[in-house]
Amino acid sequence: MAANSHDQGRLPAAFLTPGSSSFLDFLSDHAPERLPSGRGLPPVKGPVEAPHGTTIVAATYSGGPDGSGGVVVAGDRRATMGNLIAQRDIEKVFPADDYSAVGIAGTAGLAVELVKLFQLELEHFEKVEGAVLSLEGKANRLSAMIRGNLGMAMQGLAVIPLLAGWDTDQEKGRIFSYDVTGGRSEEYGFAAVGSGSLFARGALKKLHREDLTGQQAVTAVIQALYDAADEDSATGGPDVSRRIYPIVTVITEDGFRKLSEAEVAQSARAVLDGRLELPNGPQAPVL
Amino acid sequence: MTTPFYVSPQQAMADRAEYARKGIARGRSVVVLQYADGVLFVAENPSRALHKVSEIYDRIAFAAVGKYNEFENLRIGGVRYADLRGYTYDRTDVTARGLANVYAQTLGTIFSSAGEKPYEVELIVAEVGETPEDDQIYRLPHDGSIVHEHGSVAIGGNADQIGSHMSRRHEDAMTLGAALRLAVESLTRDGNGGERQLTADQLEVAVLDRTRPQRRKFQRIVGRPLARLLEGGTTAAAEEEDEAADAAGAGGPGDTGSGTGEAPGTSGED
Repeated sequence: MAANSHDQGRLPAAFLTPGSSSFLDFLSDHAPERLPSGRGLPPVKGPVEAPHGTTIVAATYSGGPDGSGGVVVAGDRRATMGNLIAQRDIEKVFPADDYSAVGIAGTAGLAVELVKLFQLELEHFEKVEGAVLSLEGKANRLSAMIRGNLGMAMQGLAVIPLLAGWDTDQEKGRIFSYDVTGGRSEEYGFAAVGSGSLFARGALKKLHREDLTGQQAVTAVIQALYDAADEDSATGGPDVSRRIYPIVTVITEDGFRKLSEAEVAQSARAVLDGRLELPNGPQAPVL
Repeated sequence: MTTPFYVSPQQAMADRAEYARKGIARGRSVVVLQYADGVLFVAENPSRALHKVSEIYDRIAFAAVGKYNEFENLRIGGVRYADLRGYTYDRTDVTARGLANVYAQTLGTIFSSAGEKPYEVELIVAEVGETPEDDQIYRLPHDGSIVHEHGSVAIGGNADQIGSHMSRRHEDAMTLGAALRLAVESLTRDGNGGERQLTADQLEVAVLDRTRPQRRKFQRIVGRPLARLLEGGTTAAAEEEDEAADAAGAGGPGDTGSGTGEAPGTSGED
């Protein structure tokens, strides 16, 4: 009731009550029905058919000119529903704020809403407090939000994010991965989530070095996504005929930047050209 | 038992208005004016942590004078209103007009309810549009009325004198530097017709800059870029350079004034 009348008259008391700087806390007090976790799911038999997003990879690097570093987050563009391709050009990597990005695997509809809420949570805190949350703080907030989705996850509608950002205190790129219960763990070097993550992680394991330059790190994550698409039917590779390439974002001390389609296309084409020679990609020395 | 004195409604309202006006007039002023690329906010405010000018939403900012706890409360209410509305509908559905209406209702209800003390605040809500014609500036006095302003506006102590000085000299499509220098020159007038000196660290300056590539157009100007703008690039080219430097100097979440290490008074923050 109060939630529905808020834009008709004066600000309701809840808006003027001093308290939390968290938008989530405000929403759960004032309009809990608008929270994703505020909605129950009716009992259903069998899995719910809904589009699923697939593979996200991230890798840190510190071999840029004069030792500058950062973190790269990339995702393929496919959403699948059972054996069908639900969407060819879905975007699964988003800026969370100016210094972090979040990539999502799992139920696409819930995941996009979760990201929207997470972005708002960070922005709201920033505006109310006049200060930016620490990267750890951001990671913990995301953890709480994933935990809120546990009920849905138990019914097969899980959302698993990957958070990467520039830590302005430690001055390096960092990556956090999550499990379905909201448990978070910091990943060092590289990480992957989603159906193709096993293959992507295997590829990155052979390709990733901490002293990569930004450009090399971008190529490495595209190689990893290519390998994931090669082995996992739910992950989409670069689609040259439709000009659909992975979403690649880079976060450095200058902040978040999404690579333009032309930039990604160039790297992706270089990877594809290499695969014409070596279909399994670059080879690492045995010893 | 005592019988309360009869006070006529006119007298009661006049008393309340007088009370609020006096509270507002004690504070230092804030001026808001349009320039070529957006809307400029300049406040006389020696504090780097307690802001008089703040971001509300992508294209909307807020300026206030009066009692800090009261306008801070309204500011947070406004941020919550805007974020909830943008979350429920879409980011483009959050408008300064809607926000100004809500503020007006809130201030009006508090002003006329006998049980509450009237807020001693005066607010400005401004939105930057795609073109200068789409810019909107609303002034909200303590009693819940709304005034749609054009060009330039001043609130706070000595607002009449500052406002009239500024509006006589304000032109459309001023550069940022020229608008800032006019704002500061206006703020230095005191009630007796004399002038004071204002330095960069006594000023709180922010813009809603429509040319900013980010979605959030609000940006604080602090430190060296501010000093350079105040000195006044005499040539247009120098000014261009200043503005480019601002954008570089305070990129990212420096919006909130926290990430800008160049600010001379940052040691006092928090």
